[in-house]
Amino acid sequence: MEMDGGQALLKALEHEGVEIVFGYPGGAILPVYDSVLDAGLRHVLVRHEQGAGHMASGYAHATGKPGVVMVTSGPAATNIVTPLADAYLDSVPMVAITGQVPYGLIGTDAFQETDTTGITMSITKHNYLVSDPNDIPQVVHEAFHIATHGRPGPVLIDLPKNITDAMNPDSAMTWRDPVPVDLPGFRPVLDAEPTDVAAALELLRSATKPVIYAGGGILKARAAAELQALAERTDTPVVTTLMARGALPDSHPLNLGMPGMHGNYTAVMAMQEADLLIALGSRFDDRVTGRLDSFAPDAKVIHVDIDPAELGKIRQPDVAIRGDAKRVIASLLDALGDAKVADHGPWRSKLSGWQENYPLAYEPAEAGGKLKPQMVIEKLRDGSPGDTIVASGVGQHQMWASQYWAFDHPYTWLNSGGLGTMGYSIPAAIGAKAGMPDKTVWAIDGDGCFQMTCQELITAAVENIPIKVALLNNTYLGMVRQWQEMFYSNRLSEVDLSGPVPDYIKLSEAMGCVAIRVEDPDEVEDAIERANAINDRPVVVEFVTEPDENVYPMVPGGKSNSDIVVPPFQQKETRA
Amino acid sequence: MRPVLAKETHTLAVLVENKAGVLARVAGLFARRGFNIESLAVAPTDERFSRITIVVDAESASLDQVKKQLDKLINVVDIRDLPPESSALREMVLVRLSLSDDALVDDVLQLVSGFSGAVLRVRGTDMILSLSSRPEELDSFLDKLQPYGIVELQRTGAIAIPGIE
Repeated sequence: MEMDGGQALLKALEHEGVEIVFGYPGGAILPVYDSVLDAGLRHVLVRHEQGAGHMASGYAHATGKPGVVMVTSGPAATNIVTPLADAYLDSVPMVAITGQVPYGLIGTDAFQETDTTGITMSITKHNYLVSDPNDIPQVVHEAFHIATHGRPGPVLIDLPKNITDAMNPDSAMTWRDPVPVDLPGFRPVLDAEPTDVAAALELLRSATKPVIYAGGGILKARAAAELQALAERTDTPVVTTLMARGALPDSHPLNLGMPGMHGNYTAVMAMQEADLLIALGSRFDDRVTGRLDSFAPDAKVIHVDIDPAELGKIRQPDVAIRGDAKRVIASLLDALGDAKVADHGPWRSKLSGWQENYPLAYEPAEAGGKLKPQMVIEKLRDGSPGDTIVASGVGQHQMWASQYWAFDHPYTWLNSGGLGTMGYSIPAAIGAKAGMPDKTVWAIDGDGCFQMTCQELITAAVENIPIKVALLNNTYLGMVRQWQEMFYSNRLSEVDLSGPVPDYIKLSEAMGCVAIRVEDPDEVEDAIERANAINDRPVVVEFVTEPDENVYPMVPGGKSNSDIVVPPFQQKETRA
Repeated sequence: MRPVLAKETHTLAVLVENKAGVLARVAGLFARRGFNIESLAVAPTDERFSRITIVVDAESASLDQVKKQLDKLINVVDIRDLPPESSALREMVLVRLSLSDDALVDDVLQLVSGFSGAVLRVRGTDMILSLSSRPEELDSFLDKLQPYGIVELQRTGAIAIPGIE
């Protein structure tokens, strides 16, 4: 079939099953947008390209399908650099299409020219600069294959304008269906070696203080059911990292919750005292390990990851298993058969003791005091459907959301774990809602983050993607303020957002949202109920919260996890 | 003259697809992961593939991580590490000398012949020499030439293939 490169791109996207594209038109991508008019997919017009990138990411995380973002060259391409880096660090399957100046002008500093493949080389799994429109079907097919196979990640396709523009003879092409991918340098290994499984089993069976260290890879592999089966079969407690919240229900008796810098005492100390860590799709991030040379000093390590470069990158495992988490866990369970494992009773009692002495807790607000952010999250959790999708920004509110939201379903927690991208929540929530329109989607945001990407609420209003935003307004860049208080003698530098502008109610209303301000603790539940009842427009609920609240527990940067700081009111008690 | 192989190194043979930008991907990976390249030589082996020999400073990185990170690049097809003692390894150098006295020409010719090098050009007291050998031989060749007045030199970096068992 004869067509131009722009038509071929849309046909190729449809061929890959793409239902929705988040994007923004411009000069070099104009010819492709002409074909968007005739395509059988939905295009969501964002208000800033960064928003399109995070929407694609939120969509991918919630649905498990690759997200697609399409923008023009130059400033648009550089505007998606942050979401690409974000998706790369959090292993989110994404395909980005960027326009490029005509091939003959590349290298001449042409209008809106950037070296997009050069800029994104280190933050994509792979990228392409296409010179021949006949290559488009196969390149798109490869891009989706690479983005979704092995360790997922973003792939970028840069399309020079001359090969997509019907008015340019360079764009003429003959459509040929893509052939199966043949990439000699990309053949992910999915199944574990039987000898490695046997070695892992030996450690699993004899450990008396084991902990499963479940990371985001569990969710990427859609292996939540397998994780639960392994934990139950081996009676092994599980910590779920920031990227793995929801991988095991928080209500499950074996779930210890989140470890790491703001993890709870039991999750952190369980890893410190474990004799075996079973790392499943986790990567020993510095925010989890604290000071590495004192992390889990007595633990042997079984490390399962689909990316062999993670095995031994930070901590040398005793048993390294390269493979897909879902399949590796299944083979572990298979090989385990009816075999007995060591008694974990004493270990479990020790952990329960810690849980009793050091629960996640905060001091309730004094009468007449401002709202406690933790209380707001608890009420939001209790007042919303159990399978609500929660997207958070980055900072204190992110940690409180992760700590106090009880996740009972996988794939319902979206956040920027690796890159720590402020402003992630609103666009990510929009992407998730676009992909899962029947689910309630809450963005839990801070006032700093909100001011970075709130313009996407216009997108939500206009495109009828009715997300809800819980804006925890503490009038500070709270996490930075907390560090300045704890580590810089409380010398507060450039963290005050008290304004008095913006007026978040007027701002939200101007963007087409219903806006509710809550200052009185007695109004919290009503406001949440009202917000949850609105489904025809986005809603912003501004909770005016206690400015000086800190996130606890905390492992100070560079310190050992054993130096975990519990909240002041728990510090007087004797450690177990 | 800095002895190239005095420090601990790993020699890697990397087979890559002949795609635009593949060298930038490999070089960029080394830069961003903090692996120091001692030398790098690359050329096509056929229409589809090129072969790169990379010598890496072993102190800057674990061999395991270098190989695994390289393997993540989609265009990298195969990586082998080639222990110097069991591999065929060669490097070439071109040297230009400007002698202070034409009586020295004979000394240099003798030296070159001792190393089985070649004299490519002689004009008066200016000479261009070449030597293809193991890198440590090149080091010692250049050491001996140093007093005669090296004006310019270019080494290729090592290339290597596995030895015959």
